[in-house]
Amino acid sequence: MEERYTLKKSNPALKVLVYILLVVWAFINLFPIYFMFTFSLKSNEEIFGKNVVGLPREWLWSNYSSAMNTGNMGLYFVNSVFVTAISILISIVAAMMATYALTRIKWRGANFTNAFFMLGLTIPLQASIVPVYVILSKLHWLNHYSTLIIPYAAFTLSMSILICTGFMVDIPYDLDEAARIDGCGLWGTFIKIIVPLLKPAYATIGIYAFLQCWNEFMFANVFISDKQHRTLPVGIKALSGAYTTDWGPIGAALVIATFPTLIVYIFLSRRIQESFIAGAVKG
Amino acid sequence: MAENNKKSKNKNYRKGLDIFLFLLPAILLFVGILIAPIAVSVYRSFQKWNGFSPGTFIGFKNYKDLFTSGSIHFMPALKNALIIAFFSVFVQLPFSLLLALLLGRKYKGERFFLTVFFMPVLISTVVIGQLWLKIYNPDYGILNRALIGLGLSNWTHVWVGDPKTAMGSVVVPTIWQFIGYHMLLMYAGVKGVSPDLREAAMLDGATNWQVDRYVVIPIIKPIIRTSVIFAVTGSLKTYDLVRIITNAGPTHKTEVPSTLLEDMLFLRNRYGMGSTISVMLIILCFAFALAISAVFKEKEY
Repeated sequence: MEERYTLKKSNPALKVLVYILLVVWAFINLFPIYFMFTFSLKSNEEIFGKNVVGLPREWLWSNYSSAMNTGNMGLYFVNSVFVTAISILISIVAAMMATYALTRIKWRGANFTNAFFMLGLTIPLQASIVPVYVILSKLHWLNHYSTLIIPYAAFTLSMSILICTGFMVDIPYDLDEAARIDGCGLWGTFIKIIVPLLKPAYATIGIYAFLQCWNEFMFANVFISDKQHRTLPVGIKALSGAYTTDWGPIGAALVIATFPTLIVYIFLSRRIQESFIAGAVKG
Repeated sequence: MAENNKKSKNKNYRKGLDIFLFLLPAILLFVGILIAPIAVSVYRSFQKWNGFSPGTFIGFKNYKDLFTSGSIHFMPALKNALIIAFFSVFVQLPFSLLLALLLGRKYKGERFFLTVFFMPVLISTVVIGQLWLKIYNPDYGILNRALIGLGLSNWTHVWVGDPKTAMGSVVVPTIWQFIGYHMLLMYAGVKGVSPDLREAAMLDGATNWQVDRYVVIPIIKPIIRTSVIFAVTGSLKTYDLVRIITNAGPTHKTEVPSTLLEDMLFLRNRYGMGSTISVMLIILCFAFALAISAVFKEKEY
């Protein structure tokens, strides 16, 4: 019996096939990253000539200075960091406050209000782009950081509330009552009890919202036309328009936009994967 | 008694105010950026409007034109979005499921593969688009070079510029990029299946495939449903890769609703029609989400 069980479990030929599939797919996923990195350090002669996929023969770091200086990637990077950070901060604060009111205060309409916020999970961003664009341009509010920050905070809000709810219902309700007996009001309980206990939620929301904001292209492309406020995706598009024939600096720009995220991911892969699972499975 | 009543009324009033204040930032953001603009979009979708002068009310004409007028290109754009949705549901998701099931079998290197397969999800679609443009480049791209190297010069194409291959060159990166995302969700589900259940089935003589088919897949069905909904609504909303790789060309061949929407604003000044397209997108997303949920419910019995 035992023997049959183990026999069935490992069919060597099948196992080899499975490994081939996994390795090939891993290669297909890693190759573009390798390709981007190597061509960011090559001259056109190498890329277009005989050394298409090999390691660079001459490591041309000057591609990076072109991307930083002529291509302004440094500025775009800082812009992306700033826009992303503030959007996440606003989203987390607004979501925590709203979730507190929705899950820890008893009132009629809490469920309805929660359902209302959850509409945001299905509504496409494109739905609001026309009126928001018209209003912003009438107010001369295009080309500011806040032009992107406020919509990004709004778009990540529903997911933030959803994730916050998951964490907040796990906090024992006795703590609220104890705080109430100690004379804390709703605000006191919120700030002294809930906010510190929600620390794990910040990371989950932060990771989820980070990618949404960091990589967002449509709004940034439509709302931002001046150089000063471009984020990385728009900057890369502009750069690739300027350097159509010179591949090296474009590669450098792609690496600048991508590698910081990937390096953080390699160290925190489990945490980051869990955030995505929390975001989707609870939804 | 009256005193008490007044106190509790005051307390209720206070509580209501607190609830309102707690909700205020979220409501301002949500209503200000999403709900109110959508209401405006619905209103404007019934108008001929250039964005600046007051619009003129034209009833359902925009909606009718959307589906009947050839110069608007909405039907081809919708068809393209549905092509992406089709490949997403019938190629991307089955492959994601296969990977998730395989990784759920505790092969050596499980963590490594999982981490690598998820990587493309983290890369900005603009970067992915630029990379694939380099791969597709007719003169120097790896794809054509590889084909020539393999002696298949006849197969080389101006991938992005040829009307026959343009749509394919958008579909492939779109599908590829998010396989890791769906795989991760499904993998989480597979891992959630109790090992005892798997072992019990195997002791009864079931093969790995039978366990997956009759035990694991039914358990992770809600996740598969979520993935199908994400895949379809995501396809309807496609924008980034199309804008970067083909710029909706050649001659509108790869137009999708979102690129069309942008053109209505910037190239044609047809803000009324642009609003109509965004309203249609919302309707389609909700309709598909509901329909998919209904299909999954029906299958349960």
